[in-house]
Amino acid sequence: MKPSRLFPMPIHSILLFAVWLLLNNTLAPGHILLGGFLAIAIPRLVAGLSTEQPSVKKPGLALRYCLLVLWDILTANFEVAVKVAGPMKKIRPGMVAVPLDIKSELGITLFASTISLTPGTVSAEISEDKRWLYVHALDVENEHALIQEVKQRYEAPLKEILGC
Amino acid sequence: MASWVEIIVACFLLLGGIFMFVGSLGLVRLPDLYTRLHGPTKATTLGIAGILLASSIMFSIKNGGLSVHEWLITLFLLITAPVTANMLAKTALHHDVKMLSRSRGHELMEPARHRYGPEGASENTKSGTESNNSKLP
Repeated sequence: MKPSRLFPMPIHSILLFAVWLLLNNTLAPGHILLGGFLAIAIPRLVAGLSTEQPSVKKPGLALRYCLLVLWDILTANFEVAVKVAGPMKKIRPGMVAVPLDIKSELGITLFASTISLTPGTVSAEISEDKRWLYVHALDVENEHALIQEVKQRYEAPLKEILGC
Repeated sequence: MASWVEIIVACFLLLGGIFMFVGSLGLVRLPDLYTRLHGPTKATTLGIAGILLASSIMFSIKNGGLSVHEWLITLFLLITAPVTANMLAKTALHHDVKMLSRSRGHELMEPARHRYGPEGASENTKSGTESNNSKLP
């Protein structure tokens, strides 16, 4: 979709319109009118602040990635539940540094958020040069295996989706 | 309302409740700040999702039509939960909160705090002036 004068950020406009109607849980003409006004006015106000972001190159793969993450969140919940209920002496927490291959900020944000949402890992900090992501894990058996797993499972598809 | 709907709603409520409880249990039981972060980010997402799903089914059938508020709440939670976890971890790091003594990777705490790469602080010191925005006084 090409940005125009009326819609400088077309995807954001559609999202704003949809979210407004969803939040109000209605299709009344008044709300459609107000939602339409907001969908045009807000992007026009903030368009100057937006920075260039990579676009989604492979929507099919993006959908598969979302499903994979949802599935992992589900299993992560069970894993963490078992660990939390079990004896505390058995957990082996630790900090690992994951080398980043993704360059774009959007990619790194998505990668870090995915890590925080999935099995026993929380992303804590990123190095200044954006080449290392520090991740805290609830139960580390093997640092190297953990790093390889998150890189293959999440970073590789993200890189392909964003094409960077 | 048909009883099978009530059973499904009750099942989702129960599932949600169990996971919310486990998340809170994690907050009480886990030994240090960094491990405690794992409770709320994981268990509560599924806990809230279960309760919201129950609410969505209940009101979709009761009022007719589709109740979609709940899906939005779930979406916003999924977007914001990692951000809060990340900010808490960041703050703890910069305040020099120690990890549990038997944790691995203690040597990574110092570079992480200064946002260097793990291979050593020396090669990155030149970027120190640009990093004011991320360092706490």
